[in-house]
Amino acid sequence: MGVDAEMSEMTMVESLNLALDQEMESDERVLLLGEDVGEDGGIFRVSEGLNEKYGPERVIDTPLAESAIVGTALGMALGGLRPVAELQFMGFSYFAMHQIESHVSRYRWRSQGGMHLPMVIRMPYGAGVRALEHHSESKEVFYAHIPGLKTVIPSGPRNARALLASAIRDPDPVIFLEPKRSYRSFREDVPEEPETVPIGAAELVRRGEDLTFICYGAMLRPVLEVADGLADRGVSSDVLDLRTVAPLDVDAIEESVRNTGRAVVVTEAHRAFGPASEIVASIVDRVFFYLEAPVERVTGYDIHVPYFAREFDYLPDVEHIERAARRALEV
Amino acid sequence: MPRTRLDVYPTLEHLSILGEEGDLDEDLEPNLDEHLLLELHRVMLLSRRFDDRRLSWQRSGRIGTFAPVKGQEAAQIGVVSAITAKDWFVPSFRETAAATWRGASLTSLVLFDAGFNEGGRVEEGSHDLPISVPVASQLPHAVGLGYAIKRARKDEVVMVFFGDGATSEGDFHEALNFAGVFGLPVVFVCQNNQWAISLPRDEQTASKSIAQKAAAYGLPGLQVDGNDILACRVAGIEAVERARSGQGPTLLELCTYRLSVHTTADDPHKYRSEEEEDAWIARDPLPRFQRYLVGKGILDDDAIEELESQIESQITGIWEDAKEEMEVLAQDPAHIFEHVYEEMPAHLRRQRDSMRNGGGR
Repeated sequence: MGVDAEMSEMTMVESLNLALDQEMESDERVLLLGEDVGEDGGIFRVSEGLNEKYGPERVIDTPLAESAIVGTALGMALGGLRPVAELQFMGFSYFAMHQIESHVSRYRWRSQGGMHLPMVIRMPYGAGVRALEHHSESKEVFYAHIPGLKTVIPSGPRNARALLASAIRDPDPVIFLEPKRSYRSFREDVPEEPETVPIGAAELVRRGEDLTFICYGAMLRPVLEVADGLADRGVSSDVLDLRTVAPLDVDAIEESVRNTGRAVVVTEAHRAFGPASEIVASIVDRVFFYLEAPVERVTGYDIHVPYFAREFDYLPDVEHIERAARRALEV
Repeated sequence: MPRTRLDVYPTLEHLSILGEEGDLDEDLEPNLDEHLLLELHRVMLLSRRFDDRRLSWQRSGRIGTFAPVKGQEAAQIGVVSAITAKDWFVPSFRETAAATWRGASLTSLVLFDAGFNEGGRVEEGSHDLPISVPVASQLPHAVGLGYAIKRARKDEVVMVFFGDGATSEGDFHEALNFAGVFGLPVVFVCQNNQWAISLPRDEQTASKSIAQKAAAYGLPGLQVDGNDILACRVAGIEAVERARSGQGPTLLELCTYRLSVHTTADDPHKYRSEEEEDAWIARDPLPRFQRYLVGKGILDDDAIEELESQIESQITGIWEDAKEEMEVLAQDPAHIFEHVYEEMPAHLRRQRDSMRNGGGR
């Protein structure tokens, strides 16, 4: 990217809208479908204005049926289109789980490469917006666990835009999980020119020597706060923003932890059988003998995300991350 | 003869008793005693005012997102008044009026709206299920309850509520099919409030009615003016009697209107016209029923005014109670570990203790 590229300050909602708009503009096979994505512009307004620009044939307000949305998107992809399906909340995506696991993930494999599914399934996930039950969970492992899917989670407006564009262009199905807590809580410069980033590649957001933080999605901001605080006290950290949860960028993890010997993994998902478990396992597999301290996991508890009065008691915060970092550094 | 007419669902009826203009079908008018009529009215008015107050609490940040019931009070209270305490009430997430009729604690509802899980507590032995958020997901539960009732040879009935949007979900079709096949005592109550967030009814389904979907599963269906509390009551009684007498399930379509937002996170002016809203305000079930009661000489302006002021202080009391309780509950963050299992497993005890001790994760 050139230094003089035109930039605009955007929220994640706006940058996702930009990605959809530009991909629809440049590739007429791209279309959107989901509940309230048309005239309403999506319940979070991610598809705002696209209905007017591209019409109801390409921005499709569907009846209320998640399974049919995903199954229909599959058929559209087989038929030569590039559907981007929106599910309103991760908590409602399980209606579609059967289509996702039984078919979306398997078509390339089942047809032995004769058919494939260039499709994206978008859904907001995560807590922190005072929402109702089923509107706050982080069950990314459900999707990360399934072979044949790519599970992508942006952390900010700029990479959200670039990752969504990459997901739409990807030849395989991508589960695109949007941290709703980050939808409007901050802005970033986003280049006006289309931008992509490779799916499956983590980004080293801070470079340091003493400690590695591994995180993604809405956890990046509190992690950066801790890393910057530590830097003020002379402790320098690597901060890895995974951006893709599956397939996991184990090379990036290995490289960083081999160098620092200490790692703190931060996710808002549950702890047991969660994404942090897989990340720690990959560290143990690859760089166990380089470790100078036990790897720390900072995660959500193994309970349903409580109703919103106590959702911040569930969520990992700066204090938890800082304490874990201290433990990792003390040994 | 290769092509003959199939005798499938030859008729579908629409029931209306008390019209928009106060016109009354006296042949169909149910003979309800004065006490019941006034109680129906009291709960309608309470639901309406409770909704108004919750909206103002939500707008001032005192409670979170909720789904207003405004406009659907007659539909909910009319049909739910047809079941008794021993019957089962299976709501979705907008059934505040029906729940109020069933005697739900409004203080608990405020706690729920304010984001405290304790607000969802169900008393042991209750036949009223908690709020179910994922659309249509509660319908199969009603079927299972119906099966249990039938197997125990009990004379209970299950009444399950959902909206027009729910009829697009697989769970709706699967549940109606099961209930039909097993001949279960379930009353399926679809409140067709014309909008599923931004999707109008005629884009939700190409069917001319929702009631006709019953035919596909071999059950009777009836379309009802959902803003006419008398018609809703009569339709409810008919369906409940059918279920209770072993004649199986019914699908009721109550045609009504969501006069307010889908939830407080929604802005209807993005997708529907004020003209349309005005037309439905004119069909508001509350003044319609009030005019009927005034006409019968069992209610007058003074009585309404007195009831309004009673309700206002009742709701103020509900808020005071809820506020007091919230202050206590807020002291107990570790409550989040409760009720995940009957017995808290070791790993959750460790996580809870670590939280209490201000330890790590």
